[in-house]
Amino acid sequence: MDELEKIEADDRVYSLNLGPQHPSTHGVLRILLDLDGEYIVKCDPVIGYGHRGHEKMGENRQYKQFLPNTSRMDYLSGLLYNHGFVLAVEKLAGIKVPERAKYIRVIASELNRISSHLLWFGTYLLDIGGITPFLYAFDDREHILDTLDTITGSRLTYSYCRFGGVTRDIDSKFIDMTRAFLKRMESRWADYEALVSKNVIFIHRTRDVGVIDVNLARQYGVTGPNLRACGVAFDVRRSEPYEVYDRFDFEIPTGTRGDALDRYDVRFREMQQSCRIIEQALEQLPEGEFLTPKVPQKLSPPKGEVYTAFESARGLTAYYLVSDGSPAPYRCHIRVPSFGNLNVLNDVLPGTMVADAIAILGSIDVVIPEIDR
Amino acid sequence: MSEGLLGSELFRLILGLVIVIAFSQLNALFLVWLERKVSGHIQLRPGPMEVGPHGLLQTIADGVKLIGKELILPLKADKKLFFLAPVLVFTPVLVGFLVLPFSPGLIIHDMNVGVLLVFAFSTITVLAILTGGWASNNKYALLGAVRSVAQNVAYEIPLLLAVLSVVLMVHSLSFSHIVESQKTVWFIFLQPLAGLIYLIAATAETNRAPFDIPEAESELVAGFHTEYSGMGFGLFFLAEYTNMFLVCAVATSLFFGGWNGLFGFSFGIPGVFWFLLKTYLLIFVIMWVRWTFPRVRFDQLMNFSWKVLIPLSIVNLLITAVVVKII
Amino acid sequence: MGYFKDIFVGGLSLIEGMGVTVRRLFQPLVTVQYPRQKIPLSSAYRGHIELKVFEESGTHKCIVCLNCEKTCPSGVIRVQGEKQKEKGPKTLTNYVIDFSKCSLCGLCVEICPTSTLVYSKEYELVGETGADCQIDLMARLATQVEKTREEKKTQEIAA
Repeated sequence: MDELEKIEADDRVYSLNLGPQHPSTHGVLRILLDLDGEYIVKCDPVIGYGHRGHEKMGENRQYKQFLPNTSRMDYLSGLLYNHGFVLAVEKLAGIKVPERAKYIRVIASELNRISSHLLWFGTYLLDIGGITPFLYAFDDREHILDTLDTITGSRLTYSYCRFGGVTRDIDSKFIDMTRAFLKRMESRWADYEALVSKNVIFIHRTRDVGVIDVNLARQYGVTGPNLRACGVAFDVRRSEPYEVYDRFDFEIPTGTRGDALDRYDVRFREMQQSCRIIEQALEQLPEGEFLTPKVPQKLSPPKGEVYTAFESARGLTAYYLVSDGSPAPYRCHIRVPSFGNLNVLNDVLPGTMVADAIAILGSIDVVIPEIDR
Repeated sequence: MSEGLLGSELFRLILGLVIVIAFSQLNALFLVWLERKVSGHIQLRPGPMEVGPHGLLQTIADGVKLIGKELILPLKADKKLFFLAPVLVFTPVLVGFLVLPFSPGLIIHDMNVGVLLVFAFSTITVLAILTGGWASNNKYALLGAVRSVAQNVAYEIPLLLAVLSVVLMVHSLSFSHIVESQKTVWFIFLQPLAGLIYLIAATAETNRAPFDIPEAESELVAGFHTEYSGMGFGLFFLAEYTNMFLVCAVATSLFFGGWNGLFGFSFGIPGVFWFLLKTYLLIFVIMWVRWTFPRVRFDQLMNFSWKVLIPLSIVNLLITAVVVKII
Repeated sequence: MGYFKDIFVGGLSLIEGMGVTVRRLFQPLVTVQYPRQKIPLSSAYRGHIELKVFEESGTHKCIVCLNCEKTCPSGVIRVQGEKQKEKGPKTLTNYVIDFSKCSLCGLCVEICPTSTLVYSKEYELVGETGADCQIDLMARLATQVEKTREEKKTQEIAA
């Protein structure tokens, strides 16, 4: 409190209310900034504008009825959230998943991860002021959405995974489209590099901006590309492999400085690694069922609890479910990566400029509705 | 010059001013359309297509819409200054047009200090931005206005130093003299560095991306014109494009040979077309730059000016002075 | 020398970036002029649900089991049926969905025991009031039946 009074008494400092209506707060985030000229003295993110009570909803309905909710928390990687939830319930109820379904899920999830990263890439450049890369990224993303549309029938909130498989088998058309997309991306990386990664203005805007120390990252529970940018090669797909991720050869890109440029770089290389995973998965894709028929319509898992972590596009995400033997979970909790990732701003923003605040906020890639959920 | 009303200087000036206002407005409307088309095609989209052939009349439709909109005055804003700013932003640009050498006979008023006049008046633009930002009583607008002042102070210096190199070579501040002395060789070939510095500084002067930090929409919402609605905003918008035409036209006359053709060959094309062609090509380059680069940060912008542009332009000026003296 | 090298390398990177954008100027556009131009829907497209018209019977196969109504997470579906005979099966009299609540999860389609629920291919669903989102599937069915009949006729004529 003393500090606050001191700041208020000092009339050099004024406060600026960044958001909830602001072009680059990515949803409905409000950041209270105390500024000294253009420099930030204090930062206080205010969340909760998009609270819809998803966890409570999960506790009041059958397990499968929560499926459409999952993709509405982080709407940019809805399929990954969907995937994680079925993993948790399958573990809780002991449902065996056919091999083919596992591969299909991995392919679809990685496509979704690329689409999420592409959207971040575009909007990040938009935050920094480059408008054109945004449209190029959306052009590429459109191909992913079209590809996923052919199997899921939806473009954003997929609701594709089911307990024991997926709703629809993939066909040769989907495989062809995916292969065409991978081929297309090969030539696109060079363009993005020339347009953005090598651009001197971009490098100056991001290098050594918003450095997150490894210890700071650990304190706040920062995960995902933001943690990997600090040099920690932590990826749930590698550290506790779920589905068939242990069968693929892929690298975990890491940074060294932990600044915005590293976070950019890590995500950029992650997209390339996701392409590699998809390529391998398509080659290894086995024949068989895509949905096990043995799952009862009204699922009542045995008493117990389950915690399943998975790597969403933004970091370690986890579902914690407690079953009391009834058709609805007793407790449904979701650990979202954006919460930790956002709160690190409290320590990172002070001392930077307003323009940096936008660059850092964008580089952290938060999706506010998943924090508010 | 013959006596009587038609030949009098006053009549010429008034007629010229009317033509200038009409031309600058039409030109701004066209440039807005061009910008949207260029950005569209760079981004693999067609741009405006609905109003008129290839959306040519789109800006007119937008203008009509803007005129029809309410002028919102923010609470506790300084009313007089708030409405003065959009008017103030337009006047200096119009003055600049008076001395532009479109072709040998097509200069409204060929002043012997034309270059000085243009740059003296162009500094008023920043006053208008400051006025608008201050009067809005909005933190974003104020931040934008403050940024704009700092930016203009920093970029005026390399801009003038670059222009001075040309002036030294011609020994004249009159546009027509400068253009005439480029009959065979454009000054961009003799002064490439000065030309480049001029173009960069001019981009910053007109608040165009990547130097659009006074309005930086992802940081400051809309910067100094955050609170302006309707035609208040429209005037700022049109002034930006008119200003862009002005700096490009000045660049054409100072560095790209004005109404002269390539290396003394005009290929039978009238001078005024050469002039407009070069000006619009430069405008295209500035648009192209805008739709390619991200925005620089405020302190980097200052650094770039004080640490790179100003030293380089001073060195360039010194070398020019020495060479001119020797020759 | 680092000073000049930085300027040079930086400038070069900018020119490279401009090369990327200028190449795009001459590439074909990707825009689809929507109301005039439409892209084909994917075969898996999930629109709102509708009752399927089976060819052999010329109508739907709904047995009013109410599974769809129970499984819907958002309470979108309202099904009513009545018994024609004392001990016979129920027949469908009313099937209304409130599309404003629907999240298109597809659970109702999957649970339908007679596969009479399918996704429609309709995506232009603009409404002005909440009432516009109430879709009466029985009324829709009548138009669907008519449509298939007309299609058959034109096919026969063509044949």
